[in-house]
Amino acid sequence: MANVNVKPLEAVFWLCTLLPFVLAPNYLSLASQIAITALFALSLDLILGYAGIVSLGHAAFFGTGAYAAGLLAKHYWTEPLSGLLIAALSAGLTGYAMSHIVVRFRHLALIMLTLGLGLLVHEAANSASALTGGADGLQGFRVPSVLGFGFDLYGRTAYAYALVVLFLCFLISRRIIHSPFGLALRGIRENATRMPAIGAPSRAHLRKVYTIAALMAGIAGALLTHTTSTVSLEVLSFGRSADVLVILILGGAGRLYGGIIGAIVYMVARDQFSGINPQYWYFWIGLLLVAVVLFLPNGILGGLSRFSRRRT
Amino acid sequence: MLSSLAGVLFDGFAYGMLLFLLSVGLTVTLGMMNFVNLAHCSFAMVGGYTTVSLMNQLGWPFLATLPAAFITAGILSIFLERTLYRRLYRASDLDQCLLTIGIVFISIAAFAWFYGTEQQSARVPSYLRGSLELMGMSFAAYRLFLIVVGLAITGILIVSLEHTRFGARVRAAVDNQRMARGLGIDVERTFMLTFALGGGLAGLGGALAIEVVGLDPTFALGYLVYVLIVVAVGGLGSIGGSFAAAVVLGISDMAGKYYFPWLGAFLIYLVMVALLMWRPLGLFGKR
Repeated sequence: MANVNVKPLEAVFWLCTLLPFVLAPNYLSLASQIAITALFALSLDLILGYAGIVSLGHAAFFGTGAYAAGLLAKHYWTEPLSGLLIAALSAGLTGYAMSHIVVRFRHLALIMLTLGLGLLVHEAANSASALTGGADGLQGFRVPSVLGFGFDLYGRTAYAYALVVLFLCFLISRRIIHSPFGLALRGIRENATRMPAIGAPSRAHLRKVYTIAALMAGIAGALLTHTTSTVSLEVLSFGRSADVLVILILGGAGRLYGGIIGAIVYMVARDQFSGINPQYWYFWIGLLLVAVVLFLPNGILGGLSRFSRRRT
Repeated sequence: MLSSLAGVLFDGFAYGMLLFLLSVGLTVTLGMMNFVNLAHCSFAMVGGYTTVSLMNQLGWPFLATLPAAFITAGILSIFLERTLYRRLYRASDLDQCLLTIGIVFISIAAFAWFYGTEQQSARVPSYLRGSLELMGMSFAAYRLFLIVVGLAITGILIVSLEHTRFGARVRAAVDNQRMARGLGIDVERTFMLTFALGGGLAGLGGALAIEVVGLDPTFALGYLVYVLIVVAVGGLGSIGGSFAAAVVLGISDMAGKYYFPWLGAFLIYLVMVALLMWRPLGLFGKR
């Protein structure tokens, strides 16, 4: 438990997340998008970075959370915190159900299955258009306020809301990965046959972390619903699963800050590039991916830590 | 009812042949060389755009553009194999996945840049456009053509990979690289040629697909899922298995669209997940 103490750099980082309020008030809606994406990437990091479960369908949980929050706000009540809870529970339940399938496979079959399950949920939402609005998405509701703070035009409340939720989820993830359970997960990632041999219930562990990750992805999805007041079918798409994978790999999988750094770099770059040429944005993402795989196998953070180790 | 059933079976079989042509290259590279090549449909797209350019700008006849599509995609895959893929033969599934997703994104943007995002078309010659009357039913000529080409390619591949010296070399190089090297097999060259074959077949499939499903830059992602299903369900490295999987998939997709249109692609994905859970190595997987 040596790493649990807060390092000064971490405190500085979280203080810096408050800077957009002062320095870039016009970019607060982008900042809240970044916080939501970072939370989504953090949830993927728990299963991919720490437990070694490659997933090409993580958007299934993000979308489940987004739709749960949207349906609740549209048909019942618009209080967001209970919405977050219900969205997290429904995504977590979906994740728990899928975890029984997912943990039994590895390698290519795992990749294909997560892809298939993700597409299945996407198609289900598309077909059930009476409930989800199909390709038109879910509209016609508005979440007015959270804890008495109204959502304003500049996105101040939205960013504060997303940031606080991200921070809390980050603390929970940090606690998880520094616990004996987190250590067991890394053991499973490194050697899936040895861990059961020394008495770790590896499938139960994997199911647990998969459910936790799904819960967290659901919270991220619900945040998106609450801050944008729409749900489009895109929240379940393969593109979103691929994007979050790219973000995590770019930042550095298996590191707590990997997803967050990746989300900042990716979203800011997308914001800048799509100003020039939205259609060709994916060219640069593709180039970036190829470069990261070939030259920066541990992402930006991995590259930085190697660089700093070499210096000292 | 009966004639509509026969029509669905025929159309589904032809569609299955198309899926087989698109995915058989991946059966070779993913199944034999264990390389998770998600960019497979990008090679198909290269073949498709080669055909479109040659026909619409240079006025080549359709049939002459097919070998050109094969060769262009094959050369491109040799180039990529030499520069990128070979570095990752021993890397993890995830790294291979990411690299090839990167290539998919690049190819989509590049084709959108050069050709625009609209649907491209290539008019097939008149003798492939009509339909044949047989026993009171009409069969579209192009679909018959697809079936003939698909069956021919299946035959050629089975013979060349299982009964020739080249096929034996490929299988030896895949099973045990060091042993194969020790026997004097040029493993690098074999892998390169296998990759070129896989890419070329994708290019041919892409060229043939234009008439049936159209061609735009999102082809590389849109058909990736179908191709992966065929390969994963059929069993890695099994050409016969891919053939069976492609036919089943083609017919069930056509039947689903005809009889249960509201389900969309849901049925296909459900079948895929169920089959993978039942047999993770595919219907005909050996390893």
